Amino acid sequence: MKRRPLFFPACVATATLLLSGFIGTSSSSATASAPLAPYDAKKAGGTVTLVAAAAAGTLDPKVNYTAEYWQLYQATYDGLLTFSYGSGATTFNVVPDLAEALPTMSNGGKTLTFKLRKGIKFSDGKPVTVADVKASFERIFKVSSPTAGSFYNGIVGADACLKTPATCKLDKGVVVDAATNSVVINIVAPDDAILSKLAVPHAVINPASAPSKDAGSTIIPTTGAYMYKSYDSNKSLVMVRNPYFKEWNHNAQPQGYPDQIIYKFGITPTAQVTAVENNQANWGYDPIPADRLNEIGTKYASQVHINPLTAMWYLPMNVNLAPFNNVKARQAVNYAIDRAAMVKIFGGTQLAEPVCSFLPPNFPGHVDYCGYTKGATPAKPAKAWVSPDLELAKKLVKESGTAGQAVGIVVSDDDVNKQMGVYLQSVLNSIGYKATVKPISGNIQFTYIQNSKNKVQISVTQWYQDYPAASDFLDVLLGCASFTPNSDSSINMAGYCNKTLDAKMAKAKALGATDAVAANKLWGQIDQEVMADAPVAVAFTPKQLDFISSGTKNYLFSLQYKMFVSQMIVK
Amino acid sequence: MSLKKNSEAIFSGSPGKIALRSLRKDKRAKISLAILFVIFFLSITAPLYSHFVAHTNPFQSSLDAKIMVNGVSTPVLEPSTTGLGLGVTPIGPTWNLAHYFIGADSQGRDVLARLFYGGRSTLFIGISAGLLCLLLSLLIGIVAGYFRGWVDAILSRVLDIIWAFPVYLLAISLSVVLLTSGLSFGFIHIGPGSFALPIFIIGVVYVPYIARPIRGQVLALRESDFVRAAVGSGAKNSTIIFREILPNIIPSLMVFIPIIVALAMLTESALSFLSIGVQPPAASWGTIINDGLELLYTRPMVGVAPGILIALTAASLNLYGDAVRDALDPKSRTRGN
Repeated sequence: MKRRPLFFPACVATATLLLSGFIGTSSSSATASAPLAPYDAKKAGGTVTLVAAAAAGTLDPKVNYTAEYWQLYQATYDGLLTFSYGSGATTFNVVPDLAEALPTMSNGGKTLTFKLRKGIKFSDGKPVTVADVKASFERIFKVSSPTAGSFYNGIVGADACLKTPATCKLDKGVVVDAATNSVVINIVAPDDAILSKLAVPHAVINPASAPSKDAGSTIIPTTGAYMYKSYDSNKSLVMVRNPYFKEWNHNAQPQGYPDQIIYKFGITPTAQVTAVENNQANWGYDPIPADRLNEIGTKYASQVHINPLTAMWYLPMNVNLAPFNNVKARQAVNYAIDRAAMVKIFGGTQLAEPVCSFLPPNFPGHVDYCGYTKGATPAKPAKAWVSPDLELAKKLVKESGTAGQAVGIVVSDDDVNKQMGVYLQSVLNSIGYKATVKPISGNIQFTYIQNSKNKVQISVTQWYQDYPAASDFLDVLLGCASFTPNSDSSINMAGYCNKTLDAKMAKAKALGATDAVAANKLWGQIDQEVMADAPVAVAFTPKQLDFISSGTKNYLFSLQYKMFVSQMIVK
Repeated sequence: MSLKKNSEAIFSGSPGKIALRSLRKDKRAKISLAILFVIFFLSITAPLYSHFVAHTNPFQSSLDAKIMVNGVSTPVLEPSTTGLGLGVTPIGPTWNLAHYFIGADSQGRDVLARLFYGGRSTLFIGISAGLLCLLLSLLIGIVAGYFRGWVDAILSRVLDIIWAFPVYLLAISLSVVLLTSGLSFGFIHIGPGSFALPIFIIGVVYVPYIARPIRGQVLALRESDFVRAAVGSGAKNSTIIFREILPNIIPSLMVFIPIIVALAMLTESALSFLSIGVQPPAASWGTIINDGLELLYTRPMVGVAPGILIALTAASLNLYGDAVRDALDPKSRTRGN
């Protein structure tokens, strides 16, 4: 999964999204903003069966960085804060979870004071204490959580923890008092995103006794409505009710409906669809295969739910390698790709929308513009993408002097990504390159294309937001700090570093603390300036399609974590 | 025909001529050759079909293309218009040779044109790999069987090692390793996307299966009276090998040719199906089956058509191999076959 931080208060983001109409409607399910309905004990019971092609690796919530398991952590683990249950924009709200309330901010926004709720127990019966909270924050660094350096590096003492994770101590960064049950988090500088950062699974509270390394398939006691009973990454993951759970905040961690949730692995996407059709499974994780879409959209329309995503499919081009070290070559690719064709490969206009701006439509900072469509230029953009301009693309390739060069396209080896690669190969060949497609396992493609050592020229990849903030896209994906040569954790895959734009991004982040509207306006300008340099080609923004069995009720979609598994009613 | 006349007819002429005569009379050989001829012809003329008949480039994605079907402009990739309007389906068979006779694939390419091109790749790799395998097997088999001793010991152990791996496992492993970087032998470099790579891999993995029987045959021939006589008369090793041994092995090789070509073709298709053989946008029957896999529910023809061609070609080659074996086998001729 590709998740990054927010530099934008969630409540402001939510308001902006509501105003901008981001929360649209789906084909068969409304996504209007609403709080979670009261729990109805009469509907509780039964087993929810989920199916997926593969497990998502480690079950450790501080290490796992996949949409597949983040969806489950919502019902099992808790942090001081979390994203709200409910529907629509409500699900972007940060609400108190193990903390009694949202923190009190002091010291110019550099000190956050929480009070830990009393009476909450882990699934092994031990009480949750402030010592667990402190240990959990230290554990982020001890297990080298993927976001330790990006989300939590602002905590006082984090620098030393990042250097020597094994001996991490946050005595000054996370100050706890068992007598008052208070937790004080000190950060080195004000951070608008801090609440959201504390609400994601990497900041959940584990017992202080949790291992100081990736727990892998070892089960760590939970605090949520469910706990893990067993986990075999080749077979299944079983979740059952946590006997020590008592609801404390209905919006943060509500009581769940099913008695048991079984996640079965090793089921191919097409078999997942068949299983859901036959009521043998309630839901399948993997995207619906292209040749089953028409079938489910026709025969099972009432069981289909389509929701907007703040995400994009894009093509990072390595600005440090030929031919894409030439801006004209990069612009040529932007002009050449037929975004409507790529939408077709993805499943059609119901499931995706062509875009060429970096920030997704209806996203904070987004401006309707396209500099790479027929009749437009980055200096004189059109309102929206209309069609490719192959002739201009060929001309730019010729002018760049890169015609005839070999280009390797690295894609993930699943059907849709491979088809995207083959299409891109066809386009690149048609504008004068000698392109080859290199499909590699989806398990490693995302890290492989990040490492500059692998000399990836162009790739096909996706980015799904962590929080609804422009910086989550622009700063994270194209900021100078996000490029680490020869590292698998270098999310700036294009290797793009523009110091002038970096300074503008820093200004926009600072501005966000006081004037969100002005900050978003600035982000919109940055978007256009970045795309004039064309370090990437943005293709389209996808939607989430969920296909549930006819026996499944109470489908609720979180914009943050997708479908709420614990709220499915199967009885 | 009486037994006497039959025997006269069979035994008149050189062994080669007798075998050829027998082969000409064999119905299996005629049918299989006819099928192979048609498949070869269509494959060889693939560019002509694409250019002059279908007017299409089967290696170019045509996701936005439209064609006229019964006077109506129809998109090659048809968006769903029923229910929720989900999905895009490639056009099905038009049964019109001028365009998309058996439909399009997910990239909007003409499947029939790709099938013909795919045949070129599959047959070229199959035949080349088969011949490479025979050449290597002949060399190893003769050297090991004729010189015996430590030469035989070393070569036989090498064959044992290759034999120890299941063919497909070895082929897949080699393909995966060599697919990204290619293969380098001194100044010779085979690029990752080159057809030479699957030819080399397939040619090597089947060597033990041919080299071993050849070695056995050479060992037996080495002890035969005519070879002993040649050795006794002071003939050179090369003379003995080329004049005495090789002519006696050639009939076996003739039988092996269609069988090993069929095996090589099947292996190529399997590797390409797994995306580790022929690389896009080039086509082989294996890659087209792979393309068809994701269209199995809506456009099964994309996957089924190359499957049929593979089965037909492999069956024809095996049938022809049987006929060749019978024609070259004196015992079968005396049985009156």
